Parts: sequence; C-alpha cells; structure tokens
Amino acid sequence: MNTIVNNISFSKLDKIKSLKLFNFEDFFKRRNPGNSSNSRIEVFKVMVKKEITDHIRNWRFIILFSIIALACLGTLFSTLSDSAKILTTSNSDSTFFFLNLFTKSNGTLPSFFVFVGFLGPLFGIGLGFDAISSEQNKGTLSRTMAQPIPRDYIINAKFLAGIIVVSVMLFALSFLVLGAGLVALGIPPTAEEFMRIVVYTILSIVYVSFWLNLSILFSTRFKQPATSALLGLAVWLFFTIFYPLIVNIIVKGFEPGKYAPQGKILLYQKLKFYLVQIMPNELFDQITSAILVPSIRSLGPLTMEQMQGAIPSTLSIGQSLLLVWPQVTGLLALTLLCFLFSYVIFMKREIRSRE
Amino acid sequence: MEKRIEVSGLTKKYGNFVAVDDLTLSIEKGEIFGLLGPNGAGKSTTILMLLGLTEVDSGHVEVCGIDATRYPLDVKRKVGYLPEDVGFYNDYSGLQNLMYIARLNNIPEEQAKRHALNILEEVGLLDAKDKKVGNYSRGMRQRLGLADVLIKEPEVIILDEPTLGLDPEGVRKFLELIVKLSRKKGITVLFSSHHLHQIQQVCDRVGIFVKGKLLAKGKISDLAEQLFSKNAFTIELGVTNKESNLSCSLEELANKINAIKGVGKVTLNKDHFLVESKHDVSGELSKLVVSLGYGLSYLTKKEYGLDDIYHQYFQE
Repeated sequence: MNTIVNNISFSKLDKIKSLKLFNFEDFFKRRNPGNSSNSRIEVFKVMVKKEITDHIRNWRFIILFSIIALACLGTLFSTLSDSAKILTTSNSDSTFFFLNLFTKSNGTLPSFFVFVGFLGPLFGIGLGFDAISSEQNKGTLSRTMAQPIPRDYIINAKFLAGIIVVSVMLFALSFLVLGAGLVALGIPPTAEEFMRIVVYTILSIVYVSFWLNLSILFSTRFKQPATSALLGLAVWLFFTIFYPLIVNIIVKGFEPGKYAPQGKILLYQKLKFYLVQIMPNELFDQITSAILVPSIRSLGPLTMEQMQGAIPSTLSIGQSLLLVWPQVTGLLALTLLCFLFSYVIFMKREIRSRE
Repeated sequence: MEKRIEVSGLTKKYGNFVAVDDLTLSIEKGEIFGLLGPNGAGKSTTILMLLGLTEVDSGHVEVCGIDATRYPLDVKRKVGYLPEDVGFYNDYSGLQNLMYIARLNNIPEEQAKRHALNILEEVGLLDAKDKKVGNYSRGMRQRLGLADVLIKEPEVIILDEPTLGLDPEGVRKFLELIVKLSRKKGITVLFSSHHLHQIQQVCDRVGIFVKGKLLAKGKISDLAEQLFSKNAFTIELGVTNKESNLSCSLEELANKINAIKGVGKVTLNKDHFLVESKHDVSGELSKLVVSLGYGLSYLTKKEYGLDDIYHQYFQE
C-alpha cells in the first residue's frame, strides 16, 4: 500500500517536473554558495559590518554612549540605595519590583526611562546626521557607487547598522539594570516583569530609530552635516519644548467653565489628548508608562461610567500592549515614513563626486 | 576588433540644458581613448551614463556588450571607474580601503588580500599600505584610486580627470603607470581630461567634446586634417624684391603660388605671404620664388598641434 502511494507521488512529481510549472533547478541553485543572490547578501553583510565598525570607533558614539551609560548607572545606584525602603512600602502582591528600577527614583536623579526618553533622541540624531552627506563630501559615495552593488544597499546598510548599534546599546543597558537589581536584591524578576522589560527595550529601539531615520533623512536632503544635525536637534527641541507650549495655548482657548456639561469637558480632554498624539516623544512616554507601570489602565480621558465596576488591579502584559497599540503603530509609522522619504530621495538623486 | 564601449545617439538633458547631445562613439578593446573637453562639456555626465549611474534620456549605451541602462550592476562588475576627485575613508589604511572595495566586489577575503598586495606593489604603494589614507599625499591617493579600480580586474577602466591636482612629475608617473598597466593587461581605458598634453602623451585616439557634442574623433594627426580640412599647413613667407630683373609683380607671384598643387589660400601683405596648404609645399614654394628672381628672406612652417586644435574647437 505504501509503495503504491509513493509511486503515485513520484509520478506526480515527475509530471510537475516535465510540466515545468516549478523550476527545480533554479530553486536548488539558490541554495548553493557563491550564487548571485547569496553573494549579494554577503556584500550587504560586509557593508553593514563596516558601518557598525565605523559607529563603534567613532568618538561621537563613544561620548554619547558614555553619557547615557553614566546617567543610567547613576539612577540605578540611587534607586538601589533606597530599594529596601521601596520594598517595604509597597505591598507584596502587586509590586513588580524590577519595573520600579526603571521607573522610580529617590528624587535626586530622574529615573532610567526618563533618561532613555531624553537622551535616546540625541543618540539617534548623533548616529545618523551625517550618514549620507559625509560620504558625499568625502567623495567616497561615488566610489562605492562605482562598485557592483544596488544603490539602496548603501542606505539600507546605514539604517540597519544604526539599528543594530542602538539595539545592542539599549539591551545592554536594560539588562545591566536588571542584572544589577538581581545582584543587589537577590530576588529574580518574574517572567512578566522580564517580558515587560524586553518589550520596553524593543519599543525604545523603535523610538531611537525614529530619530535615527529622521536624521538620515536630513543627511540625504542636506549637503552640510551641520545643517542636518541642527535641524534634527531643532525638531527634537520643538517637540520637547515648543509644541507642548503651543498645545497649551490652543487648548486654553477651549477650556470649559467650572460648571460646564460633562460632554464639553470630555471633548476638551479628548482634544488635549489628541493634540499631543503626533509628538513622537509623547507617544513614547505613553508607551513606556503603560508598559512599565502595569497599574495604568487608560492613557486618554475616561468617564466615570467607564470606570464603573472596574477592579483596581494591574493589567497583564497583553492588555498593556493592547492599550498602547495605537501609539506603537504611530511610532512605527513615523519611523517608516522617515525611512521611506530618505530612501526615495536617495534613490532619485544623481551622485557625482563631492558636489 | 572587439568593441568595448559603444554609444549611439546618447542624449541627456537637465531641464532645458542639454548636457550631452546625440553622442555616438565606439571604443575598441585595449585602446586608450582620450575624452578631451573643457570643464562642463558633459564628460562626467557621459561617464555616469556609461556606468548606468544616471538615467539616459535617449540613445543606447553598451559597455562590454551589456546594456548599461538596463543592467548597470553587470556593467559595474566589469568596469573600474575612478571618479573625479575620488575620496577614501581617511581613518582606514590604504590596504583596508582597498580590501573594502574588493569585498564589495565579492572577492573572498584571502584572495582579496593577496590581490590587494599585488596591486599595491604595482602602483608603488606597498610601503605605505598600513598608513592611514588621511596621511597620503595627493599623488599617493590618485595611485590608490588606480589600485582601487584595478582590484576588480576590470575589462574597461574609466578615469575622470585623474591627473587633477598632481604636480608635473606626479602626472608623468601616473600616466606612465596607466599606459603600462593597460598594455600589460589589455585593458581598455577611457581617459577624460581637459589637459591636452596629457591626452596627447598617452591616448591612441582622442574625442573632442564641447558643449555636449563630440566635435571630432580620431588620431591626433587625423584630427588636424578633420579640423583644418583644407589648410593643415601654413607657411609664412617673406620675399625681397630689391633686384630689377623681376619677371612678375607680387600679385602675379601670389597667383603662381596659388597654382601650386595643394595650396588652398594665399594672403599677400606687402611682401609677406601667408600660404595655407593641404600638405607641405615649402620646397616648391622656395623654388618658385627664387626662379622668379625674388629673394627669399624667410620661410617658416607652421604645423598644427593639439594646442591649435584645442583652441580652434573651444572658440566655437
């Protein structure tokens, strides 16, 4: 019985082969080393490797990294020093103690996640602001373009290398904090805490790569690295300082009176909420607070009706993720949009030497 | 002979400005072809189109038998291109820079290293291989550029203003190196420059390129004929007419000179003649003058060199 089935299937295979519906030779050729598609990946790897080496050897990276590392270590020690206090004050069943290491501080220094949220953009801008323009100004871009590589490899390699460097750095910092907590306290994090920290780290990589992409976009558009660096910083300052001010001014005009109907107050709160949703840093703030503080149940305004019957407990990680899903999508979309624009600009450009 | 570069009807426009206008050109295997033209003539644009680095508005480009607009990657695999004012990663050593390009051409690491050392020796940079490129002199950088082009073992190399900024001795050495390597390996070379003397030194054939148009092409001696089609030679002639036994007047003499075979144009200015002719007629001319009883005070031949060709074209 078995052999018959085998025979049938073999004959079918032969039929398929003879029909040439499926090109077997091509399919298997791809798996051979030294083939063109394989070699292209090899070349791309070489480029990414070089970009990563350049980043790591660069003084700019070393300085930025040490600033971020020192800031994070500072908060870590200040948090750990009064960890005992925190441990005793919070009741044991709903702690998430390890998350406190990321979010709480004793007041002398801002907490870990504030530092990452604040310095992350600077780091992203620092890595990307001269990605394309410096190669153009050095005259190496036209030299690379003369090699048999697709043009988008150049920008893709820059992008990927930046993300890899950022990921390594952020994971290292997160795990450092986690490990230090483990050593200092002697209790391991729960699975959920660990998951939350990993998710937080991944999302902060997305956040930093947004700024990285924005600065790569500026570096493709502007010839002078200084222009693109300043522009990147200007956008960052605008979103951290000026845009909230503008929102405040706008919102002031709509402020309802003390005895205004509930609908009006809700509308006002919603307006206030949605106006800040286009700020990447606000999106990231909301994401971190929802991921790292499991007791946060809503980001926008809630009516009393919605609150009715809610059990005052923490959310599971899936629910927390669901809560910030729009924000995550928004942040990803902004990142991809920046990359898309820089990709298009770069692909359309005619590259001459040092012009 | 096998054609290495074949271009027909190539046109490139930037807005209303026509950078390259209906260019037709073919370069044979093993040939050193000089593209001569002033700045902004469209030489670099042509080269970019040859490599598929910029879009072609109309026309057809074939390099090594491959359509450059459709398969630029295949072309770039076979063509080494040294851009104008090439740049290197200054923090890397010469060898590292070379290795990176070799790796981009998918040459395996060990083979690339062996190859790179050979080429560095050939261009005379073996001693400086571990020095950072930032410390290289201009001449060394250009030679490294040449090594960079050679590492992928190209069939064709395209050099865009490679001697720019080199001192005369550096230029001489660089040109010698190009000729040596081209002859040794049978590489076709397209050499773009606005220095006519350099082109004259190394190139088998020359194309003169002005305002997007190829005005003339061919060997330098042929170019003179193409340009000064009737009067490639000019003879300046001074006669004395103090003696009384003159058989004819100066005007008649001019007519007689004009009757000599090959003479195109005779201009008379007091007792100076300016004779323009297709070939060298100085012998016949002096005989004629003397036989008619005139004294020959001087006779100078003017031969057109590339300089004159250059000026003539660039004035247009």
